[in-house]
Amino acid sequence: MTAWLTPDQWQAVALSLRVSLWAVAVSLPLGVLVAHALARWQFPGRQLLNGLVHLPLILPPVVTGYLLLLTFGRKGAIGQYLDMIGVVFAFRWTGAALAAGVMAFPLMVRAIRLASEAVDPKLEQAASTLGASKPWVFLTVTLPLILPGIVVGAILAFAKAMGEFGATITFVSNIPGQTQTLPSAIYATLQVPDGDAQALRLVMVSFTIAMVALVLCEWLGRVVARRIGGRA
Amino acid sequence: MLSITITHAFPGLSLKAQFDAPNGVTALFGRSGSGKTTLVNAVAGLLRPDHARITLDGDVLVDTAANIFVPPHRRRIGYVFQEARLFPHLTVQQNLRYGRFFAPRGNRADFDQIVDLLGLAPLLARRPIGLSGGEKQRVALGRAILSQPRLLLLDEPLAALDEPRKAEILPYLERLRDDLRLPMLYVSHSAAEVARLATTLVLIDAGRVTAAGPAADLLSDPNIAPEFGVREAGAILTAKVIAHEADGLTRLDCAAGPLWLPRVDLPPGARLRLRILAQDVMLALHRPDAISALNILPATVKDLRLGDGAGAMVQLDAGGDLVLARVTRRSVENLRLAPGVAVHLVLKAVSVAPQSIGGENQP
Repeated sequence: MTAWLTPDQWQAVALSLRVSLWAVAVSLPLGVLVAHALARWQFPGRQLLNGLVHLPLILPPVVTGYLLLLTFGRKGAIGQYLDMIGVVFAFRWTGAALAAGVMAFPLMVRAIRLASEAVDPKLEQAASTLGASKPWVFLTVTLPLILPGIVVGAILAFAKAMGEFGATITFVSNIPGQTQTLPSAIYATLQVPDGDAQALRLVMVSFTIAMVALVLCEWLGRVVARRIGGRA
Repeated sequence: MLSITITHAFPGLSLKAQFDAPNGVTALFGRSGSGKTTLVNAVAGLLRPDHARITLDGDVLVDTAANIFVPPHRRRIGYVFQEARLFPHLTVQQNLRYGRFFAPRGNRADFDQIVDLLGLAPLLARRPIGLSGGEKQRVALGRAILSQPRLLLLDEPLAALDEPRKAEILPYLERLRDDLRLPMLYVSHSAAEVARLATTLVLIDAGRVTAAGPAADLLSDPNIAPEFGVREAGAILTAKVIAHEADGLTRLDCAAGPLWLPRVDLPPGARLRLRILAQDVMLALHRPDAISALNILPATVKDLRLGDGAGAMVQLDAGGDLVLARVTRRSVENLRLAPGVAVHLVLKAVSVAPQSIGGENQP
């Protein structure tokens, strides 16, 4: 009888967690900025930015993965210059994080954007008459008020990143211990004869992480909303 | 002093106004939609006017000709909005400290003094969501004052409150005027509030200034008074509390003589400001006797204006104070009222409502 999960599979779970956490952590500030810009600012190219942000949501993931390869591969449009300074995405776990981050970005931005649109600009005006400059207004009024949206956006993005498969496998392949995330591991296991039982265990792990994330999302959202004294 | 010259067009209204607001409380009075809020927003910097030059104590805030626009956070002008606009994620104490945080260091307002002045101590730990409308507005006032403004803008701060809440806030505003000597620009469409608070009055109609000057002069001007509505027209009289008498009346002294009103809750020696509604004043050629009205003061007719209907506004000089009386044109004829005629004005003690009596601590 083998172990419940093989070391490789445990590694895939750990890698998925690491990839997703990094993907969310790095993309969150950008997500807040983009969401706020889309919700509140008028600027040329706003519709273009909106489209770009949503592209990963509507394109086939394989296409997104291929576009990432074209852009961030070692010979890619941007990747070749990053390579010169020693930053490599292709076939590394960092590439998996990049793919997960890009795929989760639209969900994150949508959640934060909704919160941002709900902030009453009159409160920001009040802050400015009290002497707060624009950055201060954002830090002390806007940011705390959109915190529930940020929390929800971050957890949704994390859950999405945990499940990312198509773009990841296209961009960074499926190298055990390197780029094999939980979904890729499930896929790989299913390719092996009699792999069903193993796959089912991985599915259970995946299911549990997703459910915990969802419950955490609901609960944190409510706690933060109560803390800032808004609705709920 | 605040000086404003402004032209601003927006759908439905073109605003074109020029006036000065000296220290004290300047009330902007006019109907809804007459451009009052636009004016105040331009002073605060929340609106970029088409053409304007606005200066405060000599500092240029806006000068479109010179391309100067000081952003709101650098103007040091406090703003109390109609809805309190408290920060929902902060407690009352944090809301109050928010304004103070950005105030220039060194001469910061004393936190405890303002909390005391506005009676905020019991609210400090609470969150805005649980406060009543009156409480919210008091916190908003405190927050604005603690930001150490050079001028305080108030845009109908009482309009969203019911009568008891209004009565609760008005004394605090009087204290800001008299104790802190904070210059205020007060937007209102309530003649009662204006009479209680204003030292200077600017009347606005459809984006134009129709009259501006000392509040006591405009409120008692028979040609302007109808702007407030004939039933709301009334002059302000300053008086001093002399004594509380055993039968529940308070004796006051005004320039023209003694006045008795139902108990006024101010100590002897306190100065107060009475709003005497024109429709409550009766005129007699000879001093009436055997009459239930307690207050009879000698006065001289200074000016009068016959209305389009049956009414007439009579301006009286009562020992130097100006009082308005609203009578019928028939009475004007019967008594042969004309400028210079000596009369007695009769005022029922009970006709002066408590909300028409305000403290006034000015020398």
